[in-house]
Amino acid sequence: MKKYTFTEKKDTRSGFGAGMHVLGQQNPNVVALCADLVGSLKLEAFIKENPDRFVQCGISEANMIGVSAGLTIGGKIPFATTFANFATGRVYDQIRQSVAYSNKNVKICASHAGLTLGEDGATHQILEDLGMMKMLPGMTVINPCDYNQTKAATIAIADHEGPVYLRFGRPVIPVFTDADQVFEIGKAWMVNEGTDVSIFATGHMVWEAIQAGEQLEAEGINAEIINIHTIKPLDEEAILKSVSKTGCAVTAEEHNRLGGLGDSVAQVLVKNKLVPQEYVAVNDSFGESGTPAQLMEKYGLTAKDIVAAAKRAIERKNA
Amino acid sequence: MEIEQLEKVASQVRRDIVRMVHGCQSGHPGGSLGCTEILVALYFEQMKIKEENGKPVFDMNGEGEDLFFLSNGHISPVWYSVLAHKGYFPKEEMATFRKLNSRLQGHPTTHEHLEGIRIASGSLGQGMSAAIGAALAKKLNKDTRTVFVLMGDGEQQEGQVWEAASFAPHHEVDNLIAMIDLNGQQIDGPTLKVMNNRDLGKKYEAFGWEVITIEEGNDMAAVVKGLYEAKSRLGHGRPIMILVHTGMGFGVDFMMGSHKWHGVAPNDEQLAAALGQLEETLGDY
Ligand SMILES: Cc1ncc(C[n+]2csc(CCOP(=O)(O)OP(=O)(O)O)c2C)c(N)n1
Ligand SMILES: [Mg+2]
Repeated sequence: MKKYTFTEKKDTRSGFGAGMHVLGQQNPNVVALCADLVGSLKLEAFIKENPDRFVQCGISEANMIGVSAGLTIGGKIPFATTFANFATGRVYDQIRQSVAYSNKNVKICASHAGLTLGEDGATHQILEDLGMMKMLPGMTVINPCDYNQTKAATIAIADHEGPVYLRFGRPVIPVFTDADQVFEIGKAWMVNEGTDVSIFATGHMVWEAIQAGEQLEAEGINAEIINIHTIKPLDEEAILKSVSKTGCAVTAEEHNRLGGLGDSVAQVLVKNKLVPQEYVAVNDSFGESGTPAQLMEKYGLTAKDIVAAAKRAIERKNA
Repeated sequence: MEIEQLEKVASQVRRDIVRMVHGCQSGHPGGSLGCTEILVALYFEQMKIKEENGKPVFDMNGEGEDLFFLSNGHISPVWYSVLAHKGYFPKEEMATFRKLNSRLQGHPTTHEHLEGIRIASGSLGQGMSAAIGAALAKKLNKDTRTVFVLMGDGEQQEGQVWEAASFAPHHEVDNLIAMIDLNGQQIDGPTLKVMNNRDLGKKYEAFGWEVITIEEGNDMAAVVKGLYEAKSRLGHGRPIMILVHTGMGFGVDFMMGSHKWHGVAPNDEQLAAALGQLEETLGDY
């Protein structure tokens, strides 16, 4: 198993903030919008250097999406930012009509996604956003795995013409990808080549998958780990190539098992190559208050759960 | 209840707020402290609540009793403390606030069946609509009791608030008393700077509401008086709006007067300093 180490832990939202800082200097068309959550979205550096390209919207997310759509008519590249719950579910129809259907170049950038938002609880812990966003025709959906990748993805989406949903999170997690990586939208990242089972992970679950890969290796199981940072468009080729070799799959996501990465992968498998697949995801429930670590444990989203799922998948393959 | 008694309850509620937020190192002390008089006056003086043997008996429909909705759900600590002291659930449960497997979720929820809560809140801007619905249900049920709802001033920036603001006068929902916590603060700074609400009183009047102002929202006597005044105007075809001027963080000197304590937990030292300013009157949980 390829060795992954880290020297520090950082939050992916800070990676977003760092990416925005770079974009502020590089791309004069980039405009940032926020709905009373500037600190949470780590926008301070961008605002400091580009005060007139920052738009404080107040607690008015629906208006923020509409204004963003309007800003594109005039060549701006709006980055509309808030917590993932308020960036998606709260404003679904505004995104659907004014952004997706109208094909506007709006970047919806969503922090505090998933259970790892922690103590605020279920009202704020969206576990359905990937599903909602990927169902919109023309929407690109990205869920990077660490600080560096989130920074790279933030910079990359400015150059991509069309609506994008960029999802990231609150807690600090290991920084294990390259600082100078170039982010390629829609191109899955091979984390570790293996032969026994394919683990497709996204977001915070990629690090868990690496931990799981090491545990599996210790038990003589050789896992292939692929970071699906782009949920849509999905890198079907990478998925099919991997399962052709391994013959079974595990998907891992901080999301409801309905409608997320797992279902996207399942669709590819059903259509092209039927192999056993196991889901590591929230089992169709809401979250609750707790520390991020407690919640990931309780809702079955740890390396241990990926290991168990991998063994089940292999067992089904061999049955 | 005498004003002095209500003030004693308020002091204990404030202790509970800072202790709860400290206990889990998260949550929202600022707005909670600022709204303490409002919630204490409502539950211990103003609202009629169904009781048996001196304890509230909670049922979801709340027929024949007054109802309260907290739209700015992030100030859950003040509500939880008031509900606990009123006897809805054991005070000890406050120690579980925001912790795993608790009924005292970060934001109020019905999902864990906590007595006293009738709808989830936390995603801002939705509470007044629900309160209006409950008020309409009371009218349909020929139930003459009142529905109360509290919102934040930053929360007024949500569009849904203004959909509700149009609806209530149009449908003559005159068994509703809505309140706004006018503390002038929200997360990113003073409300004036983040998104100027301008004259909320004039806005609600223009929408067809009867508007009352409580200038001293942290003065128990003033709050009680304002609530009675509001009550006296019910039943005349218009919903009532009370603009309550409060101080975010009121009662703890270093938490007052800015948005900094909107959603930050005190450390051990700060907790001790805060508790030193708040008399323990009903016993800590
Ligand atoms: C729909 C929605 N958007 C954003 C948030 C995040 N948020 C929580 S509290 C808050 C500020 C609320 O301001 P105000 O209503 O004045 O309450 P106060 O800060 O005075 O307690 C924000 C933006 C939220 N909870 N819901
Ligand atoms: Mg406020």
